[in-house]
Amino acid sequence: MIPIIHLLAFCGGFIIMSFELLGGRILAPYFGSGVYVWGSIITIFMLSLAIGYLLGGRLSVKNPSPRKFAGIFATSALFLYPMILYAQPVMEFIFLQIEDPRYGSLTAAAFLFMLPTIILGMISPYSVRLLVDNVEESGKVAGALYFTSTLGSAIGTLVTSFYLVLWFEVNTIITILTLILLSIGLIAWFFAPSHVTDSNSSVNSPSSGT
Amino acid sequence: MGLLNNPCMTTLANSLVAHPLKFLWPVIVALTISSCIITPAAMAAKKKIIHEERSLYTSILVEQRRDLLCLNFTLKRADSSQSCMDLKNPKRMVFAYTRMAMSGLLFKPNPKNILIVGLGGGTLPLALNQILPQAKIQTVEIDPAVIGVAKRFFNFKENANNQIVQQDARVFAKRAALQKQTFDLIILDAFNGDYIPEHLMTREFLMEVQSLLSKDGVLVANTFATSVLYDHESNTYKEVFGKFINLKGRDSGNRVIIVPQGSISATQRDPISKDALIAQANQLAPVMAPYAVPIERLAKDIWKTLDAPADWDKTKRSLTDQYSPANLLRKQ
Repeated sequence: MIPIIHLLAFCGGFIIMSFELLGGRILAPYFGSGVYVWGSIITIFMLSLAIGYLLGGRLSVKNPSPRKFAGIFATSALFLYPMILYAQPVMEFIFLQIEDPRYGSLTAAAFLFMLPTIILGMISPYSVRLLVDNVEESGKVAGALYFTSTLGSAIGTLVTSFYLVLWFEVNTIITILTLILLSIGLIAWFFAPSHVTDSNSSVNSPSSGT
Repeated sequence: MGLLNNPCMTTLANSLVAHPLKFLWPVIVALTISSCIITPAAMAAKKKIIHEERSLYTSILVEQRRDLLCLNFTLKRADSSQSCMDLKNPKRMVFAYTRMAMSGLLFKPNPKNILIVGLGGGTLPLALNQILPQAKIQTVEIDPAVIGVAKRFFNFKENANNQIVQQDARVFAKRAALQKQTFDLIILDAFNGDYIPEHLMTREFLMEVQSLLSKDGVLVANTFATSVLYDHESNTYKEVFGKFINLKGRDSGNRVIIVPQGSISATQRDPISKDALIAQANQLAPVMAPYAVPIERLAKDIWKTLDAPADWDKTKRSLTDQYSPANLLRKQ
């Protein structure tokens, strides 16, 4: 059961960085490919992940379940895919409103990338919750999950920038990422461990840690 | 490390293994090492580094070899310069592709508005401003460091009719289109360094550029002549402009694409007559002479390429905003 959660966290990390790299491609026609465009993208991704970690952690407190975990993947897919349709008109609109390409790219990145990335950021803390049984091993479990999800991010960056952009169009890659999210959501729904330590366990008891 | 990587030392290593007179090796080693040390030092005396700078976009190296002052955008291949100026004869265009780019004037001898994408050492805007002082020239360059170097080392001076816009060319093109600006001559020359701006290679960008051409406006583009990018780029231009002039350097690996009347579809364009072309070249020849642009020869070359069949692989995908891995394709 543990490997499945790790696989899911790995895929989450992969998709976040793959998506971030595509961000540069998506913004370039309207805002160029200068260093400020990457500044905007990284800012928005970091900000979104920060919010996602917070929300994912909160969500994991009450009745954590693999089904809800699956829901995170499905929701992120739902927010990611429509990019294909609305990216163009959104950027067109922002380009007309904001003259400075720095703030234009920042605004566009916020509108296009924030929602899906917030949801993707929820995966990490939620998967920690699903795997932690007690306080003693919580650091070890979290560390192992950081390892797999960050490894996924590294490989997602590499595969996307070396190969995917050489083989496919941007929209095709987004479709692939969406399909991965949906299929690992299904895996979470059906195969993730259904038994999760309830909220009476040591993890959530404030007295046990001190 | 530097000495070991030296090709001259590699030769030494090989000769040590194979040499029949192995007993002489101390002499050989001594001789070779001394020559290895002396040769680069002697070469360094000929090549003088004037200025070195790392900008956000590239590494800038200004170096002088005898009377040539050159601008390089890469540290790896020191022999591939972006722009060179002959200090004894500053007007002379050192590079074939800049001379070839000037032949755009054959189709629009008196452009009123000129757009140049990519400044480099400023050779083209400087020459065009001297030849056509009345024409309004805008040069778009993203890198402020390149602008600084062009002004400091390559005599580039802005004036009312010769101005630099520090901006991403894609953003410039979109804004200019919104403001309904048009240009009689557009020169694309942004693709020389180690890194290709991929969003300036796409069908969508070329369509934006096309919308910036005036009714009889001419597009001139310095493009990749080698690597598989030649095929991808040719197909992209074909898709947007239909027919184009595929001008190749006689003894250089350059290819310049010229599209006269690029704003209208290929079938509606005026046919190019040989006599008109040669007459125009004759008229331009005295003006072009100080710049060493062989305009009459270029006109003949253009005439010859007009009916040349496509010499590129038509199956290679054209580049779009969705698919433009130019930097990866070039390395293949």
